[in-house]
Amino acid sequence: MAVVSTQSSVMNNVEAVRATLYEAMKNDDRTLILGEDVGARGNVFLITKDFINEFGPQRVIDTPIAEASIVGIAVGMAMEGLRPIAEIQFADFIYPSYNQIVGEAAKIRYRSNGEYTCPLVIRTPYGGGVRGALSHSVSVEALFYHVPGLKIVAPAFPADVKGLLNASIDDPDPVLFLEHKKTYRLIKGEVPNGHYTIPLGKANLLKEGSQLTVVSYGLYVHWALEAAISLEQEGLSVEVIDLRSIRPMDKAAILESVRKTRKLLIVHEDNKFGGIGAEISAMVAEEALFDLDAPIRRLAAPDVPAMGYAMPLEEEYMSSPGEMADAMREMVKF
Amino acid sequence: MATTITMPQLGETVTEGTVAQWLKAIGDTVDKYEDFVEVSTDKVNAGVPSPVTGKIRELLVKEGETVATGTPIAIIEEAGAEASAPTQAQSPAAVESPAAVESPAVEKPAPTARAEAPAAAPSSNGPTAAGAQNGAPESALRGASPAVRRLAREHHIDIRAVKGSGSNGRVTADDVLAAARNVIGARPAAAPPSREAIPATGKTSTYARPIPGTLIPLTQARRIIAERMVESRHTAPHAWSMVEIDVTDVWSWRQREKSRFERETGLKLTLLPFFIRAVVESLAAFPLMNAKFVAATETQHAGIYVNDAINVGIAIGLPDNLVVPVIKRADQLSIKGLAIAAGEMIDKARKGKLGVDDLSGGTFTVNNNGANGSWASAPIINGGQAGIVTMETVVKKLVVRDDDTLAIRQMMNACLSLDHRVVDGYVASGFLADLKRRLQTMGPQGEL
Repeated sequence: MAVVSTQSSVMNNVEAVRATLYEAMKNDDRTLILGEDVGARGNVFLITKDFINEFGPQRVIDTPIAEASIVGIAVGMAMEGLRPIAEIQFADFIYPSYNQIVGEAAKIRYRSNGEYTCPLVIRTPYGGGVRGALSHSVSVEALFYHVPGLKIVAPAFPADVKGLLNASIDDPDPVLFLEHKKTYRLIKGEVPNGHYTIPLGKANLLKEGSQLTVVSYGLYVHWALEAAISLEQEGLSVEVIDLRSIRPMDKAAILESVRKTRKLLIVHEDNKFGGIGAEISAMVAEEALFDLDAPIRRLAAPDVPAMGYAMPLEEEYMSSPGEMADAMREMVKF
Repeated sequence: MATTITMPQLGETVTEGTVAQWLKAIGDTVDKYEDFVEVSTDKVNAGVPSPVTGKIRELLVKEGETVATGTPIAIIEEAGAEASAPTQAQSPAAVESPAAVESPAVEKPAPTARAEAPAAAPSSNGPTAAGAQNGAPESALRGASPAVRRLAREHHIDIRAVKGSGSNGRVTADDVLAAARNVIGARPAAAPPSREAIPATGKTSTYARPIPGTLIPLTQARRIIAERMVESRHTAPHAWSMVEIDVTDVWSWRQREKSRFERETGLKLTLLPFFIRAVVESLAAFPLMNAKFVAATETQHAGIYVNDAINVGIAIGLPDNLVVPVIKRADQLSIKGLAIAAGEMIDKARKGKLGVDDLSGGTFTVNNNGANGSWASAPIINGGQAGIVTMETVVKKLVVRDDDTLAIRQMMNACLSLDHRVVDGYVASGFLADLKRRLQTMGPQGEL
């Protein structure tokens, strides 16, 4: 890894993950990476390519195809003072480790009355739009969202990837770090050099607007932004908030915006029922009902078991920038 | 089918009501929701809408007569039904006595004036009168979003009379705000009170025109004032304290904002909203001052109830009456919001349009007492509250400042009467000191 001495570098999201992991491994001997194909193969997206040569197989550990063990071992390492970064190769395969994440990692601090913490990061690529079909397209955030003690991060921009991954590694408690795989090479941006963090639980107001608040995260942030900008030509003023952290949720940022625009649209790729949008919607209804000038709306995937492989099925499952623009237009004009 | 109308309960503690005026005579038709009688309770005159469309068959209570709530007062023959009994005979008796003893003519807003006020809001919003007639109004109310309802309530706007700019003519929050701006802008500055009234018939001595050597019969309002004052003074042990406050900065802040505020809202900017703002902030800091003493009952021990809302009553003196309309949740309003709310209350008070809702629910009272030069006063607490504060006249004084220099400053006394059952001097003086600090650090710049 060449260290460039400028203020910032242009990277895509996959490069931002790689650069951040590299710096973390460089700066702190307690940091280690474990997962399927992270060593010799250098991760399926080449995020950890050559790490094993530089840091050795004791800190870049190739594991068997056994997700429960990957997380379970990492939990023990974290409790005993290491800083493990566990990788689940695709979020679609995270289910076997559910018990270790929800039943163990998230509860360590509480169960030990604060004597132990679990400074563990679980990274995993998620999301569709890449013709990944049933087992390479899922969004898993809602399955973990309900769990106190677990933080969930889903950045959209390379600079946020770095700042939030650093904050996740520094955090004394477990963080589920979700990387949208379609944004990996699609999204490029300036990333400041050197170590910095972005606080977990802080949303980012990407675009100001006065007539509608749109809240999203991950890939859809980019599409929602594109839709909102296109609507400016029609004279419509839409505010776009990138959650960045799904939990803790930045209630203050959402409420402040909704109190201004009086309308809320939530867009996410995960299916609608019981999704992140449901929680945001309930929170706003509880806290800001009398500021609402239109029913809250969620644009999300249909309740079908999975994203289909066939292109028309994938397109049907996902919301396009055009569909987002339509929903925004209807809400502004409501 | 005949429907019997009973004396309504206007307010939760009200047990009786006086028929102030029948707005319909026997034989008149009345529409559903149309006011057909004006009832006075406590200090309020309220129109009572008919629950049905029909013809007035009987009026069972004379004007001026006070009956318990729930007592039948009229019978209305519903539209489409045959009048089943000859009722003409009773007509003269029922409408006979316009000058009944208890009927306080002074308090009675003329029916025409009543009709005018609500209409004022809609008409300033342009072509809405037409919309209000074609069936749109009810659906407008049904489709009103929570924000629209809240804003309409805060700005006293009738949603049904606002022209909607949303999809399918929906009234949006912005529409309500636009209507509110129109109403405020269009309102003539403090219309003179229209209480020409009282043709001094014979030798009737009234509060407004007292005749020496006569007994003025108590109006409902004066009777209530008398009862309340005696009750408060006798049940709540009053203690009193006063602080002197340097309001120079508040004064200049108001001077700076005055013309802009009047231009934007059509209302005068007095010092009152600044005072209320400081008071609600201090009440938030001293919740015991926003409390009331609750006496023991058979089922409950005595205690001090700390109110969760801060609803500030503002004392408004009228020639024949004293009213204390309440600004609800005053802590949630900016100085500008308070100015608008207080302006509307004062306007309503002068026009005799205050309703039960306007007058109930107060948790603390502010009396801007200094207009006529009063320098100190010992107010009586509004019953069921922990205190009342008066803001006295603002005078220029030569003061010695902390660094021993002399300065000419605008000084004002604030006087507090407190219910000693609820708070002691410790809390009260802390409250006054807090109020003083807030008023002295308010302004002279910033957003209203």
